[in-house]
Amino acid sequence: MSLTEQQYAPGEHPDLPAPLGEAGLIAWFKKRLFSSIGNTILTIITLYFLYDVLSTVIFWTLTGATFVGETKADCTLGGACWLVIGDRFHQFMYGLYPKTEYWRPNLTFVLMILAIIPVLFDKIPHRGKFLLFSTLFPFIAFFLLSGGLGMETVDSSDWGGLLLTLVLGVTGIVASFPIGIVLALGRRSNMPIVRTLCVCFIEFVRGVPLITILFMASNMLPLFLPEGVNFDKLLRALIGVALFSSAYMAEVIRGGLQAIPKGQFEGADAMGLSYWQSMRLIILPQALRIVIPGIVNTFIGLYKDTTLVSIIGLFDLIGIGQVAVADVKWRGLAPETYVFIALLFFISCFSMSRYSLWLENKLHTGHKR
Amino acid sequence: MSNANTNTSKKTDEVAIQLNGVHKWYGQFHVLKDINLTVQRGERIVICGPSGSGKSTLIRCINRLEEHQQGDIIVDNIELTGNLKHIDAIRREVGMCFQHFNLFPHLTVLENCTLAPIWVRKMPKKEAEEIAMHYLERVKIPDQALKFPGQLSGGQQQRVAIARSLCMNPRIMLFDEPTSALDPEMIAEVLDTMIELAHTGMTMICVTHEMGFARKVADRVIFMDGGEIIEENVPEEFFNNPQSDRTQKFLSQILAH
Repeated sequence: MSLTEQQYAPGEHPDLPAPLGEAGLIAWFKKRLFSSIGNTILTIITLYFLYDVLSTVIFWTLTGATFVGETKADCTLGGACWLVIGDRFHQFMYGLYPKTEYWRPNLTFVLMILAIIPVLFDKIPHRGKFLLFSTLFPFIAFFLLSGGLGMETVDSSDWGGLLLTLVLGVTGIVASFPIGIVLALGRRSNMPIVRTLCVCFIEFVRGVPLITILFMASNMLPLFLPEGVNFDKLLRALIGVALFSSAYMAEVIRGGLQAIPKGQFEGADAMGLSYWQSMRLIILPQALRIVIPGIVNTFIGLYKDTTLVSIIGLFDLIGIGQVAVADVKWRGLAPETYVFIALLFFISCFSMSRYSLWLENKLHTGHKR
Repeated sequence: MSNANTNTSKKTDEVAIQLNGVHKWYGQFHVLKDINLTVQRGERIVICGPSGSGKSTLIRCINRLEEHQQGDIIVDNIELTGNLKHIDAIRREVGMCFQHFNLFPHLTVLENCTLAPIWVRKMPKKEAEEIAMHYLERVKIPDQALKFPGQLSGGQQQRVAIARSLCMNPRIMLFDEPTSALDPEMIAEVLDTMIELAHTGMTMICVTHEMGFARKVADRVIFMDGGEIIEENVPEEFFNNPQSDRTQKFLSQILAH
């Protein structure tokens, strides 16, 4: 018999017991995790699985792992053997870059951070001057990394590891964004030749896998070039990656352009703005804001796709990882190697996705639905 | 009578806009049929008519948002052809307000107003901002200057749109149903702004169904139907003594409530 079924005359309702605590940690647990027998059972089962998985993960990565030692024989605790990472750390970072010249990639990395900051954040003082530096940075980086003018030249085939991954990823991102914008505008152009060219390029590139483009760039291109003319292998891979992702970028940006109401174009036209002015000042700022998630998606995809260059014989993080795994001294340590590489990728990709969220919030101007 | 044409006309003999035998087709559909119209400088013209009659298309041809296929359009002594320089020159001198305002949502109200003066007129930013604030004061919303359009009411947005056009110091203003997307209580504030503008002697062409506005400020009312100009007259005559059946029918429908 429940209280609600019974009828009482006004004022004659017997006092109900005081409610149990409704606030605080215990109440929260009670309400959400143990509200019924079914829920309680589910909670216990879930907790058990969580415990099982987490304890294994923590054991393997931390408590049962070996951090100090010389050889694989020192790894006796049963968990991960991180010694392989420590032993080959320089290779993971720089590939076969000469040891005495490590300061150059390091300096480039620091300069890269300094160059990226003014691009990402618009509220820093003297942004214009810093942006000038950002524009110059690719040339500085190229000079620093490849050498010349009194510095020892380092062949790009010796670049490797995280260094190579960053070179590929950052160049790909920086190049594919403007190319993508131009392609997207071209595809919507009224000029038939421009439009046809852009459509053909985009559809061709999207129609083939990146790996075939890389193979073509590394194996077939030299066949067509005259004897003696030789492109740098890294440069060919870079062009392949940049063109590939610019086609995807173009379609993402075109999606944004199509989401802009016709009135915005008319408003800009009616005020006498030229085509390029209205694109730059009115249409693109809005279109790009709409497709930030898609753009960052493409960036992240591109960054991870750079690992495919290991197949054409460039030693990016994956390439170096494969070398490490094949090393007789560290045989069987593939999980450690790939977990470490995964972690490095995760840090970059997760930062990109967080930045895009922050940017979306910042650019929201009262028109968000 | 309160809705009589109260202001003295600032109409001059100088020709601001001339349309000679203008035709336009959308595919097979004949939208504008042999439009002949001369607008004097300082003249205020109201164009009305049922929807689909081509009135919006007509004024959108004047600043080339739509292309006409036959006939001549001469604005401010410049003939509208495919010549981009002519189009840009005309657009600089002709301001336009749209039914849906078409403010730029990613820019503040002030930036909306200063954009064209800075980029089209190459005006220094400071001067452009002073002019913008002057016109924002004239449309009575200087305090909203730093807000984004999305934070304003419809009536306020349309007033910003008017101020934005005025910042280019246009010689001619086109209004394409400026009050049709507004709630009744906001219509009044926009109409007040337009009436005030009319008193300054601006050449105005308004496509609108606000017949009170037409009576108050128009020098001429034009009635369009089926892509043709059916009737044009001074407001007094137009409303009290319409000549054609179609005009009578339209007026009886629109003035019934």
